Amino acid sequence: MSKPVKQIHLAAHFPGVNNATVWSDPAAGSQIDFSSFTHFARTAERAKFDFLFLAEGLRLREQNGEIYDLDVVGRPDTFIVLSALAAVTDKLGLAGTVNSTFNEPYEVARQFASLDHLSAGRAAWNVVTSWDEFTGQNFRRGGYLEQEDRYERAKQFLAAAWELFDSWHGDEIVADRESGLFLAHPDPGGFDHHVRQFDISGHFNVPRGPQGRPVIFQAGDSDEGREFAASAADAIFTRHGTFESGKAFYADVKGRLARYGRSPDELKILPGVTFALGDTDADAREKAAVIRRQQVSGQTAIRLLEQLWNRDLSSYDPDGPLPDLDPVPGENTVARGRASVRMHRYPLATAARWRALAEEKDLSIRDLVIEVTGRQTFIGSPATVAAALNDFVQADASDGFILTPHLTPGGLDEFADTVVPLLQERSVFRTEYEGDTLRDHLGLRTPVPAAH
Amino acid sequence: MPLSPQPLHLAVALDGAGWHPVAWREPAARPAELFTARYWTDLVAEAERGLLDFVTFEDSLSLQSSRPDGPDGRTDRIRGRLDAVLIAARVAPLTRHIGLVPTALVTHTEPFHLSKAIATLDHVSLGRAGVRVRVSGRADEFAHVGRRTAPARPVTAAAVRELFTEAGDYVEVLNRLWDSWEDGAEIRDVASGRFIDRAKLHYIDFEGAEFSVKGPSITPRPPQGRPPVAALAHDTVPYELVAGSAEIGFVTPRDADDARAIVARIRDAQGAAGRADETVHVFGDLLVYLDDAPGAAAERRARLDERAGEAYTSDAPVFTGTPTELADVLQEGREAGLTGFRLRPAALPHDLERITRALVPELGRRGLFRTEYGAGTLRGLLGLPRPANRYATA
Repeated sequence: MSKPVKQIHLAAHFPGVNNATVWSDPAAGSQIDFSSFTHFARTAERAKFDFLFLAEGLRLREQNGEIYDLDVVGRPDTFIVLSALAAVTDKLGLAGTVNSTFNEPYEVARQFASLDHLSAGRAAWNVVTSWDEFTGQNFRRGGYLEQEDRYERAKQFLAAAWELFDSWHGDEIVADRESGLFLAHPDPGGFDHHVRQFDISGHFNVPRGPQGRPVIFQAGDSDEGREFAASAADAIFTRHGTFESGKAFYADVKGRLARYGRSPDELKILPGVTFALGDTDADAREKAAVIRRQQVSGQTAIRLLEQLWNRDLSSYDPDGPLPDLDPVPGENTVARGRASVRMHRYPLATAARWRALAEEKDLSIRDLVIEVTGRQTFIGSPATVAAALNDFVQADASDGFILTPHLTPGGLDEFADTVVPLLQERSVFRTEYEGDTLRDHLGLRTPVPAAH
Repeated sequence: MPLSPQPLHLAVALDGAGWHPVAWREPAARPAELFTARYWTDLVAEAERGLLDFVTFEDSLSLQSSRPDGPDGRTDRIRGRLDAVLIAARVAPLTRHIGLVPTALVTHTEPFHLSKAIATLDHVSLGRAGVRVRVSGRADEFAHVGRRTAPARPVTAAAVRELFTEAGDYVEVLNRLWDSWEDGAEIRDVASGRFIDRAKLHYIDFEGAEFSVKGPSITPRPPQGRPPVAALAHDTVPYELVAGSAEIGFVTPRDADDARAIVARIRDAQGAAGRADETVHVFGDLLVYLDDAPGAAAERRARLDERAGEAYTSDAPVFTGTPTELADVLQEGREAGLTGFRLRPAALPHDLERITRALVPELGRRGLFRTEYGAGTLRGLLGLPRPANRYATA
């Protein structure tokens, strides 16, 4: 018996504040003006995407002790943009990253519950934790946490928010003018949460939202992250955007679900990916190369190299060879406020590999950085990309994709106009929204609250 | 020739189905829609048709209650509310002129988060954001957040002062963060490869008793430079917060003489805070029952009170009467030194519509209120200049 054909899920990630976003292009628009967000969201909705995604930043990045000025800098508040976008879209899911470290569960839970009401059931929360003291300098809750306390706090934060979302069961409000009864129960929203990190109790003040709970995303690839996602998340935003590593990740995470009494379709796996399109595959490859050179200027190449080398390399020529010096091991003191530097776990080995590659292919610093960082995931004509996306999903390397274009705000337009119709022709992507809520789009059940 | 009267500023305070506790049972009320976007959008659109300066949205981190410290277990009143800042954001793209002033609790929230939220609301609304800061002394709100314990009841004067000092620090951080990006910091200079001129971004380095904030903000300076900050004040310490930190104060004078006295106290405190030459609006808060027919508003008020089983009293004075009579009261308040009023409709949408459709035209006829929107920003409507940036050197 052949495997049933899977439907692809698609999401649009608003271009962010790293060098993947090309601001020097004449077509590049504002990353702040609401008109950019409206354009981007309407394109995603026109193309029947599942949702739009916003990342978060809480401290401007620094390098060599100065605010980093080569990439897009500055972004608006996630909640405000998502709530405002609910006014200019009807069906598109509205997902945002909100840090659980520099917030309180009561406040975040009521913001997401409010967004779910105000968008009629389209809210999603990508739960992340970050605990660097650098970012913490902007917050009351900025104090240092021991390593073991960090995971505990993250877990307990979500458990507390969960309890708050579930504290209203959905049948409390009767609002009956005749009888004068507004509430069916005198004590709605009760909660009592006493754990090491949070000692809170009382009453939540937002009634249960249309989705019960907002859709919960988890964005880590670590073992703990996978286990957490298997136990509680609705979707994973993963970095495993290549076919082989995607398949392995997919099998691993889906395999964990049974332990929590969940079926494989209750957790969607969505890698973050990029793309470059052209009329032909050759044309697309050329465009991809041009975009890569826009993304990695000579200056940017030096800065990216510094992030691995963990030292000032400003005297090096980006068009010359890699430094003979080795990276400085230990804590990264050059780049601050950047999650990506934590991925350089073995800088000496990586540097050796890069040097070997540069020698073998005769690459300058800039060429090398273009080669080893952030190449587009899907490159080709619309037909080629549509086929590749579909193969990826049907082979269980993912359930869909979170696409990040390189241009704000029009970077999604071509994909919407050329690739999406081909996916629809293959009957692997919706031609109309079938439901109203993000849970509907993702094929997720609305959670049922416990009885009173 | 008589002097032309000083024009008034007018705001409406939106909360639930109106301020009377059983207003939700009125025929025109929409109690089943309180948690929908359409409900709030319709109310703000009505306020905008009435050319009002701004609307405020109430908020709390607890269930509404008739008790000062925790829930009251009542089932006959509205309980539950949506986040006010998010309501304002949801309404912003659907309105064009009116100011949007959500309430935010400064005792329990992060100034960094609120700063970027209000800055973003200002970007989304193209310059119509403000924020009303609220100090919390409620035990339930402290218990919900759990970061520290509530002041013991009865709350001492010293504890009140501490909370308000923190609120002043909070507003200082908001203002510094809004200034932490100079105008024009984003240069997008392709030749040099620089997106921003980092010399125009500033650490704010605030150190206070309750928090410290490094900065700069992650959100560029809002269109208004600094969205106006408002606060409700009933006594000396909050008057000082208004005078020292806000640009709009909401006060609750009993009559014109009391209004004169309160305005004088705020003006004195403004001088003491070194802000004598800055515009600080002092708005009178007034709960209103409005009907066109003489006696109808009083009858309606009596009916609402009877239904509630008790007379509804408020921290603000109560007006009951016709729109023309209310115009007289507002004019008198204006002459006593109040620069505007924030009206709290007893019932929504009824009293809001009497404000927008009867009171406003009456005030317009008297030359006391605008007859069309002119300025594009909330500061513009309020006659507040766009503030210079404290960090700008040139």
